[in-house]
Amino acid sequence: MGRDKNTLLRKFHQARWDEEIILEMSVPGERGILVPRAEEGIRAEIGEGVSVLGNLRRKVPPALPEVNQMRINRHYMRLSQETLGTDVNIDISQGTCTMKYSPKFQEHLAARHPGMTEIHPLQDEDTIQGILEMYYKLEQFLKEISGMDYFCFQPGGGAHGVFTNVSIVRAYHKSRGDKERTEAITTMFSHPCDAATPRTAGYKVVTLMPDENGYPDLQAMKAALSERTAGIFITNPEDTGIYNPRIDEYVKAAHDVGALCSYDQANANGMLGIARAIEAGFDLCQFNIHKTFSAPHGCMGPAMGAHGVKAELAKFLPVPRVEFDGKRYYLDYNRPESIGRVRSFYGNAPIVMRAYAWIMQHGAEGLREVAECSVLNNNYIEKKIREVPGVVVRYAKGKRRLEQVRYSWEKLKEDTGVGTEDVMRRMGDFGLQHYWTSHHPWVVPEPFTLEPCESYSKDDIDEYVAVIRQISKEAYEDPEFVKNSPYNLPVHKVLAPSIDETERIAVTWRQYKKKKGVK
Amino acid sequence: MKKLGVIVNPVAGIGGRVGLKGSDGIEIVLKAKELGAQPESPMRAVDALKIVSNVKDSIEVITYPYEMGEEECQEAGFNPKVIGSIFRGETTPGDTKKAAEEMVKNRIDLLLFAGGDGTARDIYNSVGYKVPVLGIPAGVKIHSAVFAVTPRSAGEVAVMFLRDRLINIREAEVMDIDEDAFRSGAVTSKLYGYLRVPEESRYVQSVKTGGIIAEKEALAGIAADVIDKMDDDDCYFIIGPGTTTRVIMDSLRINNTLLGVDIVSNRQLIASDVSENQLIDLIKGHRTKIVVTVIGGQGHLFGRGNQQLSPKVIREVGIKNIIVIATKEKLAALSGRPLLVDTGDEGLNKELSGYIRVTTGFEDYVIYKVGY
Amino acid sequence: MRRERSLSSRFIDFISGRYQINNEIGGKVMDENKIVYPYIPNSVPEIKAQMLKEVEASEIMDLYIEIPEHLKYKRKLNIPEPISDEYSIRRHIESLLNKNKNCSEYLNFMGASCAQHFVPAVCDEINGRGEFLTAYVGESYADHGKWQALFEYGSLMGELLDMDILSCPLYDGTQAAATSLRMACRCTGRKEVLLPKSINQEVLMVVRNYLQGPTKPQVDIQMIDFDTKTGLLDIKDLKKKISSKTASVFIENPGYLGCIETQAEEIGKITHKNGAEFIVYTDPISLGMIAPPSQYGATFACGDFHPLGIHMQCGGGQGGFIATHDDMKYIAEFKDLMFGLTETLEEGEYGFGEVLFDRTSYGSREKGKEFTGTSTGLWAITVAVYLSLMGPKGMVEIGQTIMQKAQYAARQISKIEGVNLLFNTPFFKEFVINFSMAGKSVRKINKALLEYKIFGGKDISDEFPQFGQSALYCVTEIVTKEDIDKLVNALREINK
Repeated sequence: MGRDKNTLLRKFHQARWDEEIILEMSVPGERGILVPRAEEGIRAEIGEGVSVLGNLRRKVPPALPEVNQMRINRHYMRLSQETLGTDVNIDISQGTCTMKYSPKFQEHLAARHPGMTEIHPLQDEDTIQGILEMYYKLEQFLKEISGMDYFCFQPGGGAHGVFTNVSIVRAYHKSRGDKERTEAITTMFSHPCDAATPRTAGYKVVTLMPDENGYPDLQAMKAALSERTAGIFITNPEDTGIYNPRIDEYVKAAHDVGALCSYDQANANGMLGIARAIEAGFDLCQFNIHKTFSAPHGCMGPAMGAHGVKAELAKFLPVPRVEFDGKRYYLDYNRPESIGRVRSFYGNAPIVMRAYAWIMQHGAEGLREVAECSVLNNNYIEKKIREVPGVVVRYAKGKRRLEQVRYSWEKLKEDTGVGTEDVMRRMGDFGLQHYWTSHHPWVVPEPFTLEPCESYSKDDIDEYVAVIRQISKEAYEDPEFVKNSPYNLPVHKVLAPSIDETERIAVTWRQYKKKKGVK
Repeated sequence: MKKLGVIVNPVAGIGGRVGLKGSDGIEIVLKAKELGAQPESPMRAVDALKIVSNVKDSIEVITYPYEMGEEECQEAGFNPKVIGSIFRGETTPGDTKKAAEEMVKNRIDLLLFAGGDGTARDIYNSVGYKVPVLGIPAGVKIHSAVFAVTPRSAGEVAVMFLRDRLINIREAEVMDIDEDAFRSGAVTSKLYGYLRVPEESRYVQSVKTGGIIAEKEALAGIAADVIDKMDDDDCYFIIGPGTTTRVIMDSLRINNTLLGVDIVSNRQLIASDVSENQLIDLIKGHRTKIVVTVIGGQGHLFGRGNQQLSPKVIREVGIKNIIVIATKEKLAALSGRPLLVDTGDEGLNKELSGYIRVTTGFEDYVIYKVGY
Repeated sequence: MRRERSLSSRFIDFISGRYQINNEIGGKVMDENKIVYPYIPNSVPEIKAQMLKEVEASEIMDLYIEIPEHLKYKRKLNIPEPISDEYSIRRHIESLLNKNKNCSEYLNFMGASCAQHFVPAVCDEINGRGEFLTAYVGESYADHGKWQALFEYGSLMGELLDMDILSCPLYDGTQAAATSLRMACRCTGRKEVLLPKSINQEVLMVVRNYLQGPTKPQVDIQMIDFDTKTGLLDIKDLKKKISSKTASVFIENPGYLGCIETQAEEIGKITHKNGAEFIVYTDPISLGMIAPPSQYGATFACGDFHPLGIHMQCGGGQGGFIATHDDMKYIAEFKDLMFGLTETLEEGEYGFGEVLFDRTSYGSREKGKEFTGTSTGLWAITVAVYLSLMGPKGMVEIGQTIMQKAQYAARQISKIEGVNLLFNTPFFKEFVINFSMAGKSVRKINKALLEYKIFGGKDISDEFPQFGQSALYCVTEIVTKEDIDKLVNALREINK
């Protein structure tokens, strides 16, 4: 009964409901919900109220499906069963995503307490002191954790946080009348948003390739820096899990040419209380609250990129800021040099609440424990994964990595023809989420990146490793079997997952019907 | 039903095990056999073909007699159609060329060949771009990019291609090695031509990525970036060989010399396929820039196909007027090894080494190391 | 070596989560007095010790050897002592949330891009499902359900908007507006956009930052006048300012000030004549009753989908959408993930793949497609549930209900002495009330309304000083006749 005690493998099978698309379930006349109607008194006074629309009135109602409520509930429940969230699997697979446990009491308050759900952001400040207090206090916590002087919670995601930092760097140089700063520097192993966001902001982007040891080349950095450099935007430790011990030299080199340094701390989980942005000399930093600070990932959001800056850059921060005058909390919109806004209102308040609660529950020692255990977990899994036949680990030979590692199946591919995408699909058959490979281009061939953050136990890690080992074994014994996986999941292998021919593009049901000639 | 053409160069690589470099030329082959050498490429071909035999019921195989493919196909489980005629035990490059030609006439969908650079050259000379080609590595020296990494992966890519799945066709370099020089220890190769080679398409898992520029777009961006610099009326641009530089010429709608050097100015063609001397003459008195890309698997900027860009030319233009272009994919494939320059002039090589800015997209650059 | 301690003190330590153990590692006696954290399983000292041994480290800090000493943080973080037990921390957070006054106890008449609409229970049920709440970027096999739900979001929004193409959601409406504008620039190769002066200032601020460049704007913004009597776009000014440099004309319909832009079709024609893209920012909950932008010539429809089954959450329920017609010219310019229906190994099975094709931009000088990342997936799934529940009839009915109630409220309020409805133009759910004649500032009025447990309309006196003391009122389907009558009485009393 249950997971095999020796092999640690499960006879997992995910729900496979073969659900149609909701629009195929329509029964003319069925209602999913009845909506409030205008009262008699209102109708008497106003009438039907819609003739004012003239020919802007919609002539044909939208072709939404007509389905009864129970069926709709059943449909989406089934789809949820066909989704392997962190709640149901040992989610070590999604490297750089830090899939940690989101404490349920936080989730219940965020979703159910009217003091959070029924709040309008423009309410009189006196009526939202609780929310503003959490904003203010969370800011103080993150200031301490990073060493920065000010924080802002407006961005809706990590990349958005980096973009906001880029906007601040841009405003800084503009305010000094410097028209030469047209370039931004990043590294190949940083998150792609560290290149994409400066590009969006109009900068030319210079990328540094990793040297033979996996570090971005410092000499190359110096060759790239000039008076045209506005800023450097890097992630450290990088997505390979390797910490660059000379990071402060990079920062110094950038400062020497008058550039600012922005620290993408998407990979902060192993560093809480251990190392901070300020000591390395950074001017700006960014945390993914939905990664390190326990907010759930929600099928790709909602999320938050909390970004911090040193004092001299504070005047450029987006409006409004949450301030405290000793007695009450208030919103400050009077910031003439601000870059303006990157989003409506002042950020994802429920996420602020979760981060606040999580930090309050852990305290300084707890945060330290988070960091230490995530690094210990990673070193533990690394040792075991390295022993799996077919695995190769490039770079940083003999050096310790922090909270994640990028591995490679290049030997497996050479020996058996089974590559990382095949193994990735097969993972699901054991009840584990498909691991994440790497950003593009794949500098490390046949990559996979694992991150066993502190939420996972030794037993969880052992089970995970057992599955990887099993799939490697299968690859050597019967490569075709692995290549045609998955078998126990809601669907089978997709024939051509890159849809790049015009005829095959079907991003909505109506587009699909048109292309297939379905009525 | 898809048609697969199979050609095996039975003597490719025969010299390797007995210490002879290369195997072109009947004298070398005989000497190798005297030394007791056994042919390697037939075995490699069989390895690849065994993988392909998984789909043998849905394809037709056409090949040449005896050891040029017939035996290998049969050993792998096929019942191939055999065309042409050879003298068993005395195959020549001429046979390879003829085989390729006849297979193209037979309307094959893919040509799979086992051999080395020499075989690749022979195939290029007769097939050109007419049909996709994939090499099973079986020779001593592999400098051309038309080969799969292993015989097995050649088989796998062939299967995917024949099944119409996940396949890109890219242009891959065929390199020409100077045989005599090679035997006396000097390695000089140069770009000989391009073949169309199928390659496994990467399923780009970009759920987490953002702002990633696809390769085609990157190439268009590179061209745009360079062309933007051409607004200076007086400046001459020397465009080196390669498929990346070709994109610039295509964007300007100018006929491109794929393997040669062209000169462009003010977005117009000045001269086509020029030699070193012509270059020296033409660029006199003009501000000039050289645009080069990465040639060959070792990542050469100079010395493997653009010898017209001699030390004299480079010095005349000036080192700081060299524009290097390449996609990030190309650079990533070097796995951290530096780009190389081999101009023939030690001093110049030294000056060229260090760090350069490579244009990898529109206003998108990589700083990369250059060595020699 | 065992240290003897009394049974009771060991028991007390055990139940409080702390316990003393004696470990021998390498001959040293380790005395751990550590907390074990429920969310950190390997904080159990024995497990930790075992793992350390396996990774050949004698202590945790050995694992941090790559961080040089001068970069290490040596002190203890100066943050409050933790509240570690769940009951107490929960109580603490609840006490903060209880400090707030919320819109289920107060009557709320604020909108301005965050409106209070009814949230069906099934919506909360589905977005409360742990699988959806905690999933992220899994592939379309183990996460098939998520991909299907998001595909349905796009499909249902497509029907509502009467357009074929949507991408994954964006952060909010302001981002959707900003990205639509840049997409239009990429499509047309032009670098100027026209926006109405009546635009939501928050949208404008986000757009300005997004279109900015290192030394000068990447895209120029020109503002078009609006008629201060009707709230509608000044067509004459549009004709003056549009040119062959214009990449797009952008309007809101319904506008920020509530008005339904009745000249929309004409604006579209003028836009197309100049070869520009017509972008309309719209309120999705209005589209059962009001024609969607595609039906009056828009080439881009964008906006914020928070009204569709999502709680306000102090601005945490926002989500952006962009839709276009099925034309490669547009598809190629989307910056976010798009995935489509495709086949699997199994006959007749639905699978999902990523629409990737070499998105060769029409302008090779456009450096990639902005940036993408985590945005608002859970809310998009909620929208799918909402639109499924509502169906065509629900969307028509709710549109009508909202319009009737809003018009009733506007009419009743404007009957108050000195209080006027600013525009005579038809509106959907929001309208501007002018208090200049009444004598009191909106700030004072709204403060007074709090005594009645009412949140009055948003004070827009600073945003639009030309209108004097004015407030933007929002009335949705959740407001009853009694609620409105209560508001009217309160306003009447306050403005006596």
